Parts: sequence; C-alpha cells; structure tokens
Amino acid sequence: MVRHVLSPQGPAAAVLKRVDRPVLVAFCFILALIFAGSAYFPQVLTATYLLQQLQIASFLGVLATGAMLVILLGHIDLSIPWTFTGAAIVATALAGIEGTGPLALAAVPAGLAFGALVGLANGLGVAYLRAPSMIWTLGMNALILGISVFYTGGFAPTGAPTEFMRAASVGRAVLDIPNAIYVWVILGVTAVFILKLTPLGRYIYAIGNRETATYLSGVRTRLVLVFCFVWAGTCSAVGGMLLAGYANQAYQAMGDPYLLPTIAAVVLGGTHILGGRGTYSGTVMGVVLLTLLSSMLSVMQMQEAGRQIIYGGVIIVMLLVYGRGGKIQG
Amino acid sequence: MSDRGGADAPFLEMVGIAKHYGGVHALQDVDFACRRHSIHAVLGENGAGKSTLIKIAAGVVRPDAGTMRLAGEEVRFATPPEAMRQGIVCVFQELSLVPDLSVADNIFITQPPGKWGFIDRRRQRRRAEALLARVGCEDIDPLERARNLPLSRRQLVELATALARDPKVLILDEATSALTARDVDAVFRILRELRDEGLAILYISHRMTEIEAIADTCSVFRNGRHIETFPQADRSRDEIVHMMIGREISQVYPPKPAAATNGTPSLEIENLTWQDRLRDISLTAAPGEIVGLGGLDGQGQRELLLALFGALRGVRGTVRIDGRRARIGSPAQAKSTRNGIAMIPEDRKTEGLMLPMSVRENLTIAGLSKMMRHVVIDPRREGARVDELVERLNIRVGNVRDAVASLSGGNQQKVVIAKWLVTEARILLLMDPTRGIDVGTKQELYGLMRQLADEGATILFYTSDYDELVGMCDRVFILYQGAVQHVFAGAEISERNIVRASLNLSLEDVSEDAAG
Amino acid sequence: MSGLLLHLRQNYGAVLAITIFVILFVVFLSLHPRGPSVYVMTTASNTGAALAFVAMGQTLPVLTGGLDLSIGSILALCNALASEVVNGSPERVALGVVLVLLTGLACGLINGIVVVYGRIQPIIATLASGAVYTGLALLIRPIPGGEIDDVLSEAMTYETFGVIPTSLLLIVAVVLLIWVPFKNSVLGRGVYAAGSSEVAAYMSGVRVDRSKLAAYSLAGLFAAIGGLFLGFQTFSGDALIGVPYTLNSIAAVVIGGTSLYGGIGGVIGSIFGAYILRTINGVMFFAGAPPLAQPLFEGIILLGAVALAALRVVRIRNRLEVMD
Repeated sequence: MVRHVLSPQGPAAAVLKRVDRPVLVAFCFILALIFAGSAYFPQVLTATYLLQQLQIASFLGVLATGAMLVILLGHIDLSIPWTFTGAAIVATALAGIEGTGPLALAAVPAGLAFGALVGLANGLGVAYLRAPSMIWTLGMNALILGISVFYTGGFAPTGAPTEFMRAASVGRAVLDIPNAIYVWVILGVTAVFILKLTPLGRYIYAIGNRETATYLSGVRTRLVLVFCFVWAGTCSAVGGMLLAGYANQAYQAMGDPYLLPTIAAVVLGGTHILGGRGTYSGTVMGVVLLTLLSSMLSVMQMQEAGRQIIYGGVIIVMLLVYGRGGKIQG
Repeated sequence: MSDRGGADAPFLEMVGIAKHYGGVHALQDVDFACRRHSIHAVLGENGAGKSTLIKIAAGVVRPDAGTMRLAGEEVRFATPPEAMRQGIVCVFQELSLVPDLSVADNIFITQPPGKWGFIDRRRQRRRAEALLARVGCEDIDPLERARNLPLSRRQLVELATALARDPKVLILDEATSALTARDVDAVFRILRELRDEGLAILYISHRMTEIEAIADTCSVFRNGRHIETFPQADRSRDEIVHMMIGREISQVYPPKPAAATNGTPSLEIENLTWQDRLRDISLTAAPGEIVGLGGLDGQGQRELLLALFGALRGVRGTVRIDGRRARIGSPAQAKSTRNGIAMIPEDRKTEGLMLPMSVRENLTIAGLSKMMRHVVIDPRREGARVDELVERLNIRVGNVRDAVASLSGGNQQKVVIAKWLVTEARILLLMDPTRGIDVGTKQELYGLMRQLADEGATILFYTSDYDELVGMCDRVFILYQGAVQHVFAGAEISERNIVRASLNLSLEDVSEDAAG
Repeated sequence: MSGLLLHLRQNYGAVLAITIFVILFVVFLSLHPRGPSVYVMTTASNTGAALAFVAMGQTLPVLTGGLDLSIGSILALCNALASEVVNGSPERVALGVVLVLLTGLACGLINGIVVVYGRIQPIIATLASGAVYTGLALLIRPIPGGEIDDVLSEAMTYETFGVIPTSLLLIVAVVLLIWVPFKNSVLGRGVYAAGSSEVAAYMSGVRVDRSKLAAYSLAGLFAAIGGLFLGFQTFSGDALIGVPYTLNSIAAVVIGGTSLYGGIGGVIGSIFGAYILRTINGVMFFAGAPPLAQPLFEGIILLGAVALAALRVVRIRNRLEVMD
C-alpha cells in the first residue's frame, strides 16, 4: 500500500523546483490572458499597450509592495483606501494653494509624511495595544474618511497635483518608459533588499511564523511591526499621489477600488494571508495578472457588474487552484 | 461479562501496520494486540512510534499499510469520531478540551443528551456532575469554562470526557503528566475499576514507577518497531530500559567538577519580586556553576527565568551581572553583549522555534548581528557558522535549508540551544530543556551543559525531574510559593532532601530522616 | 446560587454592551425634542434594525474564528433582489420574501463552502465573494429604484398593537426562533468549539466542517433579513447600499463583546452593539454636532472601542501571554 510519489527529474525540473508554484501558475495565467486577449484584440501584443498596462499596474504594484510586508507579518492593513486618498488630498491641497513655491515643494513630502503617520498609528495600535490589526486599521480607515469628509465638506477636494507629481506619474524620463514604473521598481527593489538580505527581512518572516519565538530570540518585534506598518502607509501614500498625478486631481474615495486588488495581488502571488511565507516575485505576478485582467474586461466593454463578478470569481478560482491552506491534523 | 475465552482473545488487534512521514518511518511492520480486562502499558523513547500507534488506533492518522481488527472484525477509521463510535476513546497527551466551552459541554461534546441535535442542558449538567464525581472532581462547577481550570483538573476532566463516551478501549497518552501523586492514585483506582468491568486500557507513560504500579502487560517499541510484549512482572526496570534504548547507558550524567567554583558571582539577584508569583528572591551564581531550580511545579521557577530574561513587566528588585547593575526590560536587552543572557524556553515548538522556517534561519535568528557585512547578512559567514553549530552539537539534519519542523524533538531542542551559542551568552537560563526528549539526546545535552559551564558559562537550570537536579547541579535552590525555601550544595543534594524541601516539610524532618 | 454570577461573568462583554446602551439611550431620549414616545421608540428601533440583523449575522463567522467581509454585499444583493420580487399580489410578495431569504442563505452557504472545503482564508475568500455579490446586485439593479410592497413595508416599520415597534418584535423573533435553538444545538456548540480551539474540537470529534458551513449560511440569512428590512424602510432597492454595513457590523460585534479570535460571545451583545452605534449617531444629531462630523465620530468610536478592549493587554504583566 505504500506508494512513492513520483517526482519530476532532470534539469528542467530542478529549475521548476526553485520557482514557487504560485508564481508559476500566475505566470501561466498571465501568458494565457495575453494570448487569449490578442486573439480578439491584436493591439494587446504591442509594446505600447503592454507599457501602458505596466504604468497602470504600477499604482497597484506600489500598494501591494506595502501591503505585502504587513501580510508577511500575519497582519493586514485595511486602511489602504483612505491612506491613499488622504495622502492625495493633502498633497494636491498644498499644491493647490499656490501653483509653485515652498508650499508646492512641500506637497510630496507632506503626502509621504501623512502616509507614514497613519502607518505609525496603525503600527503602534497593533504592536503596543495589541489590537487586532484587521479591526484597528479598519477603524483608522474610518477615521481618515471622517476627517476628510469633515475637512472637505463632502465635496470634491480642491487643489491640483504639482508638476513633479504629474511628471512622476505620467512623464517618461528615461527610455520612453513611464516614470511610475520606475517608482514601482525603486520601491520593489527596496522591498526585495529588505526581505532577502537584511536581518529585518528575516525578522519579518520569523514574526509571521511565530511571534513568541522571535521575541524570545531577543528580536525587537514591536519595532519590526511598527516599521512594516509605516512602510505600508508610506507606500499607500506614494500610490495615492501617483494616481492624483495621473488623474490630475484628488477625489473622495479614490482609493476604495484598490483595497481588494491590493490584497488579492499579494495573496494570488503566493504570500500566505496568515503570514510567514511569500516572495516578492509572486506579488509582481499577482499585480500584473490583476491589472491585465481588469484591462481585458474594460477592453471587452464589460459593465461594472460583470467586471466585479469575473474579478471576484477569478480570485476565488485561482486560490482554489493553489492557495489552499493545510487540513487540520492532530 | 468476564467470559474467560473472550478475555483471552485479542480485542484490538493491529497487523502489519506501517506509517511514514516523508522519509522517516514512524512505524514499520508492527503487530500489536491488546485484550479486555487488562491495563497494557506501551513503552518507548520519544520517536519510538508509540504516539503514531495510538493515533492510528484512534483514527487521527491513517496507516500506510496494515489492517486493524476490533473484536475480530476488520475496522478502518478515517476520523476520530469513527473510532469513538466503535468504542475506541483516547485521552491525548496534548489537552483536547475546548477552552471556551463549559466543562459540561466538553464532557458531552459529541453525544449530548437531547433530541434532534438539540442539547438538553439540564440533563447534560446532571450527568456531567455525576461523571465529575466519579473522577474525584466534585468541586468543579460543570458550567465553568474549561480555560479557567488548573491544568491538573483539566486532565481529570479529560478523563471524565473519555468515560462519557462509553469506551471499550481506553487509551491514555501521558494522561497523568500534570497530576499530583494524590490525583494519580485516584486515576489508578478508576482505571482498575474499569479494567475489572472489562475494558481494554492502553497506558502510555514515561514514569516507570507508575507502570510498575498499574500495568499488567507491557509492550516496548523502539525505532518504529514493536520489540516485545510481556507480563509486567516478568522484567526488571533495568531490562525494560535497556530494551527501550537498545544499548547500555553507562554514565548518564557527566562528572561534576571536584570543587564548586568559588569565583566572584557573575549573576547576583536581590529581592526579586513580581506580583504574587515571586517573593523576595535572592540568589547568586558564578561562572562554571550549574545552579538548579527545584521544587514542585509552578512555584515561580518559570517566572524567575522569564523575569531575568525581560519577558515580564513590573519586576522589582535588583539584578547584577558581573558586578554591574543590569537593566533588563526585554529579551533584546537581556541578550545584549553587556548582559549576555540566553534563555531556552519551556515550549520549544511555540516559544523556541519558528517551525516552518529552515534550520539555518532558526540557528542564526538570535545572532544575525554577528554575521553582517555592512547592512546585509553575509551568507558565507552565516553558512560557516551554521555548519560549525551543526557539527558541534551533532544536530542530525539532512539539509540545513529544510524546515526545522522536520527534525526530531531532540534535534529541535539542540537547535534552540545552538542559536544562543552564536550570541556568546555568558548566562544561560534553561527551562526544562530535556522535557519530551529521548534518553540518548538527553545525555548529549547534559554533556553540553557541563562543557559550557566548564568554558565559563553560568547556568540556571530549572527542571521538574529531581533526578536531573541531583545529577547535574552544583547547587540547588528549592522554590516554594514564589520564595526560596532552601538551598542545597554538594553532598546535600539528594533526591530525598529535594523532595522534602519541595513539600515544605520542616528542616528537622529532613535532618531526622537523614539521620535515621 | 452562583450560577447567575457565573453566567454574568462569562457574558461580561454583552452585559457591558447592554449597560452602555441603556445609558446612551436615556441620554438620547432626554435630548430628543419629542421625548419618549411610541413614535420615537419606533424610529429608534427601525434605525438600528438592519444593522442589528447584519451584526447578528457577522457574529457567527467571527465566533468560528473567521470573518465575513461579504456581508454588506449580501445585504445589498438581497435588497436589490427584494426591489424586484417583493411586490405585486400577496402570494407574489410572500414568495418574494422567501426567495430573498433563500438567496441570502445561498450566498452564505457558498462562502462557507469556499472557506471550509476550498480551505481559503475567510478574509480573502469573502473579500472576493463580496465582489461577486456586488456584481450580481448591480446586474439586478444598476441604478437605485424598484419597488417593494408598501403594505408589508408599513406593517414591518410601524407598531404592533399600536405600542410595540414591529422591528423590535422581528429582532426578538429572529433571536428566539433562530439563534436560541441554534446555540443550543450540537451544530451551534460546534461553532463555539471551532473558534475556541479548532484542533481540540477536531480531536474531540466535533464536526467542525458542518458547524462552519452553518455559521456562514446563517450569516447570509441574517444579512438577507437586514437587506429586506432596509427595503421596507426605503420601498426600493440599491445595489451599493451595503458598503458601510460590513465595517459597522464588525464594529457592532466587537462592541457587543464577541472576541475577534473566536469562541466567546453571542448575537445578543452584537444587537446591542449595533444599537449603541446608531444611538450615538442620534445623540450627536440632537446634541447639535454637524452632520459632516458623523463619519469622523464613527471612526473615533470604533477605534475607541478597540482601544478600550485592548487596555486589558496593558494589565497583563507577562508579555508572552499577549502574543499569538
């Protein structure tokens, strides 16, 4: 009755073994999407289209880069939407008071500071009050929403992005590649550097696996928690300001449609929602996959209703394919 | 009920059972049988296959090969409830009570009194009271949450839970480990009654004295194989131990140094107090010394070590390290070069290790600062350090990139200890480090402890095993209700003295006894 | 007998929620220009009813140690569906109500299946299924509108016997007819067991799978009742009406004393949690706070409630106890 599981042999298998299964599956899905799409719309296979998609993906990518570190800890940041919106409102408002000059120069730093501050509040609540991150960050989200509604009187916020924000989002400084992609790459490389090479990265994975053991190994776990939330808040702010630059304005609830895709991109990329496992390459795959999917749906002129259904359905199906947790065993 | 022929025929029979996890054979071609009207002890080191065997019998684990017969009929269990319905009920080593349910809910968790899936709470409560009385827990309110009971009471409630299921085969896996001697006597009384009623009882324990007291039959397992089954009285304790480990153990404990070091103490504790769990504890320890913490379970020994490691808040009193006043507000401060403290926590699986992470990552988590190149971890230095530790502690591991969960218990514990060798800790706090570890590895750990002490480490060693205190320690502090009750040194350290002091018997009693 | 004391101690969270509610409600009545009257009571009862139903629903997955982030979407889907089918002849209305309830139940069951058999973490599974339900709701009702039988609506939102708000009776009926039997069943006890310690529950032979399925299904059913009731209040349907309900239901559950880690709590506390949230809004309104500050105060209250629950942690002196 003893059966040996046949394992694939040879050099190809060796390469496959090194690559995470979720990364591979997501990659295959991406290829399938591109080819299926190109069968109906030939322009899909052009560099222009793909670059444009990458530019759109970079907003999601920046957010997912932040969310991933928090999810690796076994926590979650549900304040993404309004950290995103809030940073955009702060930055455009400062820039709107006077088009150029010191206040406009302070726009981007102020947006970043806003994100970091929200992240700090998230991190302090989770690390020191030990509030469940899900409800704590949800509350933070509600708080920023409340402040923003109160401050803007519920109308569209006034103001405009600075030249720099516009340029960072839609300009093409080098090689005719949109700058937003460079922003994503910079944050992504930083995240990979942290996760792969530094003790901090080791501690993040360790906390995700077992916080008590990490703490008792003499690691300052609370600082690690706070760092990751600040990082996530800052990434959300960067995303918000990029979108404000792209859309040439900030608007209420501009971050709301990004929450599900951000978390889904991280999880579809193979990061375990309970923490401790995941690779950044997977997150990149998840981001590209979801961006392409929603682009295909809009190319097909699908209504909002259909898009939501297909979007949610694809996430569930993909997770059913490979994202399953272990069965409880004694 | 006690029909002779029926009692002699095997009741639960397992033939040709095999089970492997990955490349590890937990059980190989095992034939095993137990009879009704019998208390049958199953013996073996950790990893011998006892746990897997009973998990198969109880339906928790499915065997790779082999058949199981119950009263002559072939059976196959996919889940624990299927085994329970056939009358095979297990009291597991890890407590299986649901903490937030009431005691009554726990006792009747699968078959509550009532109809159509609705619970008759009143009847459930009455029947729970009766069962609690039977296991000697009349004082427990059946409506109390299981979480709020002390460990020993919970273990008795587990037994009541098993009885509620009307077992034909009752399996007890280390079910007495948290009980006091009086509770154990009560449990034995119940077990004998149940045996006389015709149950087949499988009893797994590491305590030889208990087995001698209760078992009719013994089966010894080693390395996943069934070695021998024999009537309990037929073999001496030494023979059984020999059978379990498969080789002679000449000298369990390393020799102590002739004279205890009288050097300046490296660790001085004065009037350490924490809530009502630690009261004015004062203690000193010198480099090269192994200082034991003894006493009954739960007298503040764990809290003392946790306090020294910075894991408790609101600790009062002073701690001096190498003569300097030390501030220890967190484990991170405790392990700093200035303090140089390390702690081996009590539960290695949840407090000592990140189980899904690699052996390598677990070994270096505490000492990454020692293997940096600028701001990044130097993989060459990390690798070299890991290889060195694996070799020095003889950690049996295929690939250091494998998950630490894939190692055996003893080797896991070696990883927990090894990670503190990286930080070059000078003060080691050990919390029951040999619990649940097989005899062979224990001996290696004893050797390592003495070696570290000889190299100049100061060791505080808490263990619940009096034999270890006697064998390993240069001095022993007995704690009672959070205070130091007595200190023994040198030849005074004997099992008898330690037991006496632990029970808070007066010193005259001790000396009289020693005289008599 | 210490039985009552034990009961109070074990339901400390719910007792606290009830106390807070009573105090708040007295303040609310004293501020209200019309003072206590049948009309004011009925309005207050109606205002909180939909959230109370959704909060009851949210309680069940939370008790299993999970969460339902699709619950607002289920409410919206059922609300949108109701605006299509709960109108016309009395038979059609009755059939429509049953259809709406079954839809909610089915949505919940699907969540349960994905979580239990798909073994996908509840957060992500229900976040995704919520998108699907929102899509379906938009399909049924792309723009707000439709029609809901006004006879039934008025019956449900007025008083019974002229004094008791019908919505209150509805809540009591749901508690007595669904929750109490469920809690006293093997299935319901399994919900608590699964949230308290899934491994221990499994080892003890609890059918954890069935209990979780039941918990998510009932969550869907309760959300459907909530969606239906919203329809009774507005006589119409809106596919996007559910957005704030997910967050508020979780807030109500937490305020009601149910542990987000599972195993402890119950729907009674959640009902009062929901009414606490709604009463605070009322108090602020009559106290003259600007309406634009409403969302801000909601955020502050939620954070405050969580922080208050977290203060317990500050008292714990063994740092290891607050981890995991």
